[in-house]
Parts: sequence; C-alpha cells; structure tokens
Amino acid sequence: MANISANFLGIKSPNPFWLASAPPTDKKYNVLRALEAGWGGIVWKTLGSQVKNVSSRYSAVDYHGSRVMGFNNIELISDRPLELNLQEIRECVKLFPDRAMIVSLMADNDRNSWHEMIAKVEDTGAHGIELNFGCPHGMNERGMGSAVGQDPEIARMVVEWVMEKATIPVITKLTPNVHSVVPTGKAVVEAGTNALSLINTIQSVTGIDLDTLIPNPNVGGQSAFGGYCGPAVKPIALKMLTTISQDAVTSRVPVSGIGGISTWKDAVEFMLLGASNVQVCTAVMKHGFRIIEDLCEGLSNWMDEKGFATLNDFIGQSVNRITKWEALDINYHIIANIHQDKCVHCGLCYIACEDTSHQSIHLEYGKPYNTYTVKTEECVGCNLCKLVCPVEDCITMDEHRKGPEYLNWTEYQRRGLPLNDH
Amino acid sequence: MAIVNNRLTAEQYNENFSDIHPPFESREAALVEANRCLFCYDAPCIKSCPTSINIPKFIKQIATDNIKGSAHTIFSANIMGGGCSKVCPVEKLCEGSCVYNLMHEKPIAIAKLQRHSTEKAISGQWRLFERKPATGKKVAIVGAGPAGLSCAHVLSREGIEVTIFEKESKGGGLMTYGIAAYKVTPQFCEDEVNYITSLGGIHIQYNKELGKNLSLPELQRDYDAVYLGIGVGVARQLDIPGETLDGVVDAIQFIYELRSKGYPAVPVGDKVAVIGLGMTAIDAATQAKRLGAKEVTIVYRRTQEEMPCTEAELEIAKLDGCKLQWLAAPKEVKGQDGKVQQLICSIMQLSAPDASGRRAPVDTGQTFTLEVDMIIKAAGQVPFEALITSEQIHHQQGKIIIKNNATNIPGVFAGGDCVNGGKEVVDAVQAGKEGAAAILEYLVGSEQLAVSNHQHK
Ligand SMILES: Cc1cc2nc3c(=O)[nH]c(=O)nc-3n(C[C@H](O)[C@H](O)[C@H](O)COP(=O)(O)OP(=O)(O)OC[C@H]3O[C@@H](n4cnc5c(N)ncnc54)[C@H](O)[C@@H]3O)c2cc1C
Ligand SMILES: Cc1cc2nc3c(=O)[nH]c(=O)nc-3n(C[C@H](O)[C@H](O)[C@H](O)COP(=O)(O)O)c2cc1C
Ligand code: SF4
Ligand code: SF4
Repeated sequence: MANISANFLGIKSPNPFWLASAPPTDKKYNVLRALEAGWGGIVWKTLGSQVKNVSSRYSAVDYHGSRVMGFNNIELISDRPLELNLQEIRECVKLFPDRAMIVSLMADNDRNSWHEMIAKVEDTGAHGIELNFGCPHGMNERGMGSAVGQDPEIARMVVEWVMEKATIPVITKLTPNVHSVVPTGKAVVEAGTNALSLINTIQSVTGIDLDTLIPNPNVGGQSAFGGYCGPAVKPIALKMLTTISQDAVTSRVPVSGIGGISTWKDAVEFMLLGASNVQVCTAVMKHGFRIIEDLCEGLSNWMDEKGFATLNDFIGQSVNRITKWEALDINYHIIANIHQDKCVHCGLCYIACEDTSHQSIHLEYGKPYNTYTVKTEECVGCNLCKLVCPVEDCITMDEHRKGPEYLNWTEYQRRGLPLNDH
Repeated sequence: MAIVNNRLTAEQYNENFSDIHPPFESREAALVEANRCLFCYDAPCIKSCPTSINIPKFIKQIATDNIKGSAHTIFSANIMGGGCSKVCPVEKLCEGSCVYNLMHEKPIAIAKLQRHSTEKAISGQWRLFERKPATGKKVAIVGAGPAGLSCAHVLSREGIEVTIFEKESKGGGLMTYGIAAYKVTPQFCEDEVNYITSLGGIHIQYNKELGKNLSLPELQRDYDAVYLGIGVGVARQLDIPGETLDGVVDAIQFIYELRSKGYPAVPVGDKVAVIGLGMTAIDAATQAKRLGAKEVTIVYRRTQEEMPCTEAELEIAKLDGCKLQWLAAPKEVKGQDGKVQQLICSIMQLSAPDASGRRAPVDTGQTFTLEVDMIIKAAGQVPFEALITSEQIHHQQGKIIIKNNATNIPGVFAGGDCVNGGKEVVDAVQAGKEGAAAILEYLVGSEQLAVSNHQHK
C-alpha cells in the first residue's frame, strides 16, 4: 500500500487533501465533521475585520444535464465574530492534533493590523497561516484581497510585514485575476513567504435569468461579479500552476494546488504539475465531506499501480513535459484510425472533421447505418474526431512519423523546409 | 361459459385500460434522457422513421428548453407526432436503430421524449404553423384517418381549402376506432384531430360515406382534386365451417365497439381464441383479457420467427396472461344452439425454405380442440374492394394501385392503408404528406396549363 501522508513545510497530514478556505471550514461544527470524515487538513475560512454578507450568494453553471460544472459566489470573508473563530480553531487543533490546521487571513492594510492578527492566530496552536490575496469581490473594493494580489509591490510589502512577525509557516494564496500569476508570485517569494497556493476564484458572471433578465445570483434585482470555481476552472488553474512550477524564483517554495479538484485524478494532475498537496472546496459544497474516501483510495490505488511509494515519488513529474510550442517535434505525426468493430455509426467524428477540421473522414451511405473511414493522406492528426467519439478506444491516433529525427520549428525554418499545403 | 359484458368494476376497467407508456413525470426526467442523446449526424433513427422526423434536433431542443421548437420540428415532419409517440412500434423503427443498441445500452426513449413535447403543444394549443395566402384551390379528402388528416394539413398550410368526408362521427380513423385503448385514449384522439384542424382551412363533414351518400364524380365536379384515405375494412374471413356461429366476431368490429361504446358495454367470453398474430390480434387478445375474459389463447399458423408483430407487442400479450398456440390453423368451429363451443385446429409444420427462404406452414393432418365460447378473427384485414371496383379505380386484390400517389383517375390520389393494405399510422401519415405533394404539383401543373391555354386564346 502506498504511503499517502503529506508533509507541507513540516506540517504533516495523513493525506494531501485539505479543505480550502471557504464555507466548509468556517466553524467548528463543519470542521469536526470534515476531520471525522478523514480530511487531512483545514484552511479555516478567512478571518479579518468584521463584514456583513448579502443573502443569495451563489450561482452555478450547469452543463449538459449535469449540475454545477462551474460555481460562483459573492461571499465575503468570515462574518462570524473573530474571538469565536479563534476559540473554535483552538478546540479543533486539540481534538485532531494529527491534522493540518491553517488559518486564512486578510487584515486591514497596515502593518499593525497584520501583526495583531498573526499573534492571535499563533495563540490558537494553528500550524500555519494562509494570506488571502485572492478574493475578487467585495474585499478588493476595500483595497484588500485581489487588490493586493494584483499588484506585486503591494503584495511584497504585506508579505514583508507578515514575515516580520510570523513564527509559523506562511502560505500566500494567489489570485488568477491577472495576466500572469508569476510577477506577484515572485514578489512574495522574494519577500519571504514560505509557500504559495493557487488559484483563488476567477471573476465571472455565470448567467442571466431569461425571464427576469437579471443576472445570477439575483440579489433583490441586481447582481455583482462573483468568483468562479469548480470543475470548469481546473484547466486554467493547472496552467497557472505550471507557470509557477517552471519559474526559477517561484519554484523555490512548495505550492498547494487549488481549482476545480473533484476527484483523485484531478488531484494527481495538480501534483504532477508541481503541487505538494491540494485544496478542495466546490466538490465538497456539492457532495459533502464523504468524497474524501474515494480521494484517498483512488490516489493510493493509482500509486500502487504506478509503483509510487510516496507522494514525493511523483510530485512535479510532468512539469518538464510542458514546453514552449517552438520546441515541439514537427516530425511527430499521428493519424486517426477508426476501429470498425467498435464504431456505432453516430457520425459525430465525420461531421466534426467535415465541417470544422480537414475533411478527412469518408462517409459511405447506409440505411440506417453509414460507414465512416479515415482518409489517411488527408488527416492532420488533430485529435478532434477522437475527442468527440462517444465510444472508448473506437478511434485511436496511430503514430506515423514524418521523419525519424526530432525536428522543431526553429530548426524547420532554418532548413527552409516547406510549409503546409492545406 | 358465456359472452357477457360488465364483468369488472369501474376501477378495474380504469386500471386495465390506463396508459401503458406513461409520460415523463418532470422536466428534469425528460432532460436527463434528452441529454443522453448523442446528437448523431445523419442519424440512423431519422432514417428509420417513415416520416423522417429530425429526431436528434427535436431532442436537443428539449435539452435547451426550446419545447416549442421541438414540437415544431416533430409536427412539421409528422402532424400526428403526438399520436405516433404513443402507438408507433418504435422498437422496430427509430428506437430500434438508436446507436445505443450497438453499445448494448438502452436506446434513447425517443417516443417518450416526442410525447413530452407534443403533449404540451396539443394541450396548450400552440399555434406552430401559419397558412400561406389562399390559392383559391379546393381539395376533397375521403377519410379522416391519419393519411387523410396528414394530407389535409400539408395542403391547408399551402393555402388550399380542404374538405374531409368521413363516414364515422369522429375523426382519427383507426387511431380512434382501432388502436388499443391503453395506447391512446378517446379524449387524446379527439384533441389530436382538433389540434390538426385548428390550423384552419380544414373542414370535416362527418357521416358522409363514399359509395353511400357521396359519389366520386360529385367530388371531382366540385373540387380541384380528390384524395382517398379510406383505409381497409373488416377482418379477413376464415372460410371454415362454423364461422357464422354466434360468438365468432371480427377483431376490428370488437375493438371498434370497445373504443366507441365504452368498456363495460362490450361483451366478452370466458374462454376466447384469437386468430392471427399481427398488431390487431395482439390488441384484440390483450383487450379481451383486460375486459375480464378468463382465458385468452392466440392461435397462429407459424412460429415466433415469422410472427408479424414485434417482440415488444408479444411481450404485452404474454404479460397480460394470454396463451400462445404456435403452428395451429383454425379448421372448424363447432357449437350448440347456434353458439360457439369449440375451435378445432390443425397442427402445422414448417416446410423446408423455398427459393425466397420462406417456410410455409403445412398441415400435418393432426388436430386438437380448444374449448372456447368466443373466437376473434384477426388474420389480416380486407380492403374495400367492392367500393373501389365500382368507382373504376385500378386495384390489386382491393389495394388501390397508385403511381406517384395518383390513381388511374386523373385528379384522384390515394394513400395509407387503402394502398398498402394495412401498415402503421406513421406510414399513413407519410403517405398523406406524399399525396399532398403530388396534389400540389398537379394543381400547379393544371394552373400553368390554364394560364398557357388562356394565353393561346
Ligand atoms: C386493431 C388495430 C391496431 C392497430 N394498432 C396500431 C398501432 O399500435 N400502431 C400503429 O402505428 N398502427 C396500428 N394500426 C394500424 C393503423 O391504425 C393504420 O395503419 C392507420 O390508421 C391507417 O391510416 P389510414 O388513414 O390509411 O386509414 P384509417 O385509419 O383506417 O382511416 C380511414 C378513414 O376513412 C374512413 N372511411 C373509410 N371508408 C370510407 C368511405 N367510404 N367514405 C368516407 N370515409 C370512409 C374511415 O372511417 C376512417 O376514418 C392498427 C390497426 C388495427 C386495425
Ligand atoms: C481550435 C481553436 C483555434 C482558435 N484559433 C483562434 C485564432 O486563431 N484566433 C482567434 O482570435 N481566436 C481563436 N480561437 C478562439 C475562438 O475564436 C473563440 O474566441 C473561443 O473558442 C471562444 O469561443 P467558444 O468557446 O464559445 O467556441 C480558437 C479557438 C479554438 C477552439
Ligand atoms: S484527426 Fe482531425 S483531421 Fe484527422 S480525421 Fe480526425 S478530425 Fe479529421
Ligand atoms: S464518432 Fe466514433 S462511433 Fe461515431 S461514427 Fe465516428 S468512429 Fe464511429
């Protein structure tokens, strides 16, 4: 059996699955339920100055009959009294000493406020602090949250204040509402943060009620930009994570991966791209804490199958597999191959290729079933047909190299080789 | 043993004749199913629908909450898309060719989804079609069955005034008077006919029978074209001794009474034999059982391999507790005091396949006897041969012969069961569409002729 225990900056947890700072971690009641269910760690809902929330805070994007492909909220930081939160954190740490307890903070923008908050948090026995530089609504309008994360120099300054005071590890959480997460990441690493986490939510409008014409979520006839998360944002988060893992400065510190993680597979992908552990929010808001069971079991079984004994055996393994486009091998060529014994004649490959790709699939009329075959000379190997085919392994992309040697675009140009003829 | 009516309580009748294919309970349930649809290109289901409804499109439209568009997609190909969603043998049509079958998974519930959209349209009386400006042309249609109604709808949309002459007092044809009551209710049939005629330009004259109080020359004189959609008549004779005994009934007549008089009024025997294994036989057998017959036996000359009904239909009969006698041909009906008591059957055997691969049933010379008090004849229907002959319409054993939907008489067209000898509702609807197209071409042609004649003068 693989060992799935994690060690993040010396903070140990029985598994790499933490609950991200959000409603699931906003009070003792839920947190105890989560820890009982088996979650490895908690990032407590962000503490800061007293706020007031509106009612009607969430909205979602459903896709193809499935609920909550993307999730959106206009909630602020914790709206419970600070002292109550601190007291409950203290109790939870005592009850579950083997789990990670991180407290998310967003103080007012002055050195004293941060120092005071840090002292209070450290007093609870929590193991680490996460700085919320990411919230894209409400708080940013008050100069906090993503307003800090979007400006590397402000972020640097705040982290410097924090590091003057903190004696426990500090994780800085980055906002994705930037052109690149690297500048802020660099600034805060240089300012001394012990780790990074990403991503926070992405500003969004999830949709509009077509009867009332009011966007979601409807707050008394109006709406506001919210923060988008859930499965829909995973690919964006993975890309941002990769840029952090590949940068010389930001890759010096460990990263906690966040954004659309719902399954053990998602988690493994984040870890392959450099995350030392992961955080989950939307998936538990949809399904409850019980999903931790399959997260752990799936991860463990996969590691056994792949022969990985510990998490460190695979963390970061795919980082170098993402390169610049210019470095890709132009001689690598694949051609679609339709396996007729599996084909159910739905025609989806045909219409996709015919209307939008390279007209490389031949249709032979039949009643009621047409036969589809690939015109191998025409196929550019774009993968589209395989992606739309509803039958697993019915279309395979078979390798037919254009030449034996590795040949990238720079070299291709240098040699003056011919461009496409279609 | 006796043939009596009123065998059951009102609740029992209601339960026995309630809808066997219930609709989706909710929008969500329909959405789940709609979203299973792969949206195939050049979809096999479309090719397997005689009216070529754009099935993936109408299902997608359910998934996008465009129910109005969905209903329009269905009705523009098949104006009886509502009724068809309840009566079509979909396992051998659209659903039978759904690609999910090839994945060994349940096919998309196409009929149920079709019902979802069309029922809303019919009950909400959605106006989905507009008539084109009046052309001044008039067409007479004989028979308000699926073929006639479908033809009428297309013609009216094209701006033609249509009058339908119908011998019964209700429209819908066998939909109203023939098809099993647990598939379509009388109320639904009436609503469907009203929905079709709500387009305008379609006037139905009931209790008008061609050959009785209406003649073809009269129609030819008063209208620019005539369409015959008169269907087929009663069940085929058995031509065996004892056929005239009391208790031997015609399946079509039996079902007609059941559909028109109400269930308690229809008498049924204790022990019933049904002869044949087509759709009509299944419907007669199951409904006899549902009316309270104690024992129903279906007698068929061949084996399950050759049966004309689908597996699904056979399954309904079996579930209703009907028994099956394979390889049995009725030989003689015996009775006492003019009443049926026994059906003597010959035991058959299948011959070696002939050149076409068909295996004919041959008499083994042995017989067996079924003790019965009622025999329902459902071995195929007989066309209205006398009527068709007397109107000098070419036919083949009573089935009207058409060429491009036209009969041998200029300006007289025909389609549906009266041409094909008895298929499904959906085939009749398609025939009606094709008939309308032929009539339109004929009318435009004669228009041009009139114009050019005029110019020559
Ligand atoms: C018992 C039974 C069960 C069936 N079950 C199914 C089923 O489950 N699903 C399915 O798809 N199909 C079923 N069918 C077949 C289906 O009902 C027919 O194929 C379809 O109704 C044919 O339509 P039509 O318009 O050609 O003829 P019809 O429906 O027969 O309509 C003909 C119309 O013309 C009228 N008419 C006849 N003669 C004259 C005249 N001389 N003057 C004026 N009007 C006249 C009739 O009264 C009738 O209204 C069944 C048929 C039977 C008999
Ligand atoms: C395969 C692919 C190639 C694209 N290439 C371009 C491009 O060359 N130029 C461009 O402006 N947008 C390009 N786009 C973006 C599209 O125009 C469009 O903005 C984007 O796909 C979002 O729309 P959609 O997801 O609703 O289809 C491309 C999109 C795809 C999927
Ligand atoms: S890989 Fe692309 S080009 Fe080739 S057949 Fe498939 S869709 Fe067409
Ligand atoms: S998409 Fe797949 S199953 Fe459908 S026709 Fe193409 S190869 Fe066959």
